[in-house]
Amino acid sequence: MSNNIPSDLKYTKSHEWVRQAQNGALEVGITDHAQSALGDLVFVEVPDVGRALKAGEACAVVESVKAASDVYSPLAGKVVANNGALIAKPELLNEDPYGAGWLFRLETSGSVDAGEFMSASAYESFVAEEAK
Amino acid sequence: MGLKTPLYDTHVREGAKIVDFGGWDMPLHYGSQIEEHHAVRRDAGMFDVSHMCIVDLTGARVREFLRVLLANDVGRLKTPGKALYSCMLLPSGGVIDDLIVYYLSETWFRVVVNAGTRDKDLAWIRRHAADFDVEVVERKELAMIAVQGPNARRKAALLLKPEQQAAVLELKPFFGAAFGSWFVARTGYTGEDGFEIMLPAADAADAWNRLRAQGVAPAGLGARDTLRLEAGMNLYGNDMDENFHPLESGLAWTVAFEPKDRDFIGREALERAQRESGRELVGLLLEDRGVLRSHQKVLVGGGTVAGISGEVTSGTFSPTLNRSIALARVPKTSLPTVQVDIRGKSHAARIVKPPFVRHGKPLIDISQGGLT
Repeated sequence: MSNNIPSDLKYTKSHEWVRQAQNGALEVGITDHAQSALGDLVFVEVPDVGRALKAGEACAVVESVKAASDVYSPLAGKVVANNGALIAKPELLNEDPYGAGWLFRLETSGSVDAGEFMSASAYESFVAEEAK
Repeated sequence: MGLKTPLYDTHVREGAKIVDFGGWDMPLHYGSQIEEHHAVRRDAGMFDVSHMCIVDLTGARVREFLRVLLANDVGRLKTPGKALYSCMLLPSGGVIDDLIVYYLSETWFRVVVNAGTRDKDLAWIRRHAADFDVEVVERKELAMIAVQGPNARRKAALLLKPEQQAAVLELKPFFGAAFGSWFVARTGYTGEDGFEIMLPAADAADAWNRLRAQGVAPAGLGARDTLRLEAGMNLYGNDMDENFHPLESGLAWTVAFEPKDRDFIGREALERAQRESGRELVGLLLEDRGVLRSHQKVLVGGGTVAGISGEVTSGTFSPTLNRSIALARVPKTSLPTVQVDIRGKSHAARIVKPPFVRHGKPLIDISQGGLT
């Protein structure tokens, strides 16, 4: 099972990763573990720029040959960018989940250091526990 | 832990993602389901289908027995080696299973049934075989490998002895023949040319590795499903089961009502259904982005009439068409499009006639509508 977990990111129990971007926004995607479990992605729906999201709101869809899965906003905020490249090339998310496969950027007053996010090592244990 | 085929260790070594399929630990894919799909459409791929159930039926009255047991008529099988696709029905007309039957000799027919229905199929066959003194023997010691694709036959023929190769390449579509302890048939479940090879379990891993050396790509159940759906072929348990009869499952072509005096199990119910049935299985092509999935609700006629609805029975993303396709059971309609409820939103889908793809080529027009 593919399971690359970069140590500089934060993680959610629903398998999103969160990165603090330079301009104060948060970048959000799904983890290597999540893309591997879904298999070849064929369709990605990203939230519109300007959309206000609640924490935990379903705001993107990643759909593989096998199944459709919702992506949840890790924090409340406003979408300031989305990765339109995924619409034409959903496979970018399989190939590079932490880079070219990012989903959207969120302007938020919240912080990645909030207690509900997991560190890389905590996420690794969480995935191992889920697999049992 | 589930049941394992003789190729299980080979799959694990190839890095397959193993999933449970009807109690069997089977490969879903070996890395990329879509690449495996394309390998079959463009070159050659191979599937371990050893979980399927091979049953030999022998006895002086075996043909007479099968003319009662099956909705298609084995009376049509005149040349040894010829195969026939058929449903096996309940008296209600509901489908117990779909199968392929091979005519090997006047006292020996072979049927291949689905893995997930093995126990009930064998029980049903045995129950009726007793009346015809037909012996029913499950060939558990055989493995089965399907080699499919435009280059599949040429590559698979190399598994045989040089003096056998010409004969196997001369097999006509839907014919099989024995080659020593192997049985090779020009059949499949992908819409491509190819062989299904039944062989002793002890030979399976070596045959697989030799095919691999010929550049035949291992392909899992994921690709098998997208290939069969593009080919417009039904999957038992999705597109038909005991609650639906063949006429509302796109399988009317497999029911032989002629000759009229052949009294097969389910005939009376189907004759009634011919007059009364209001549903049919159709192909759908999604006009928008998204993926059709089984059990999604289909609204016919704008969806304004309560109760007039159907359901997607199999849906997927078609790697060949780069669009989503499905089979759906819907009320008979002359409308060109229906609405499908995908995750709470209504999407237009065009009714099309399967197959969607055959021999590597799209058979439906995908130029209208579609992705933006």
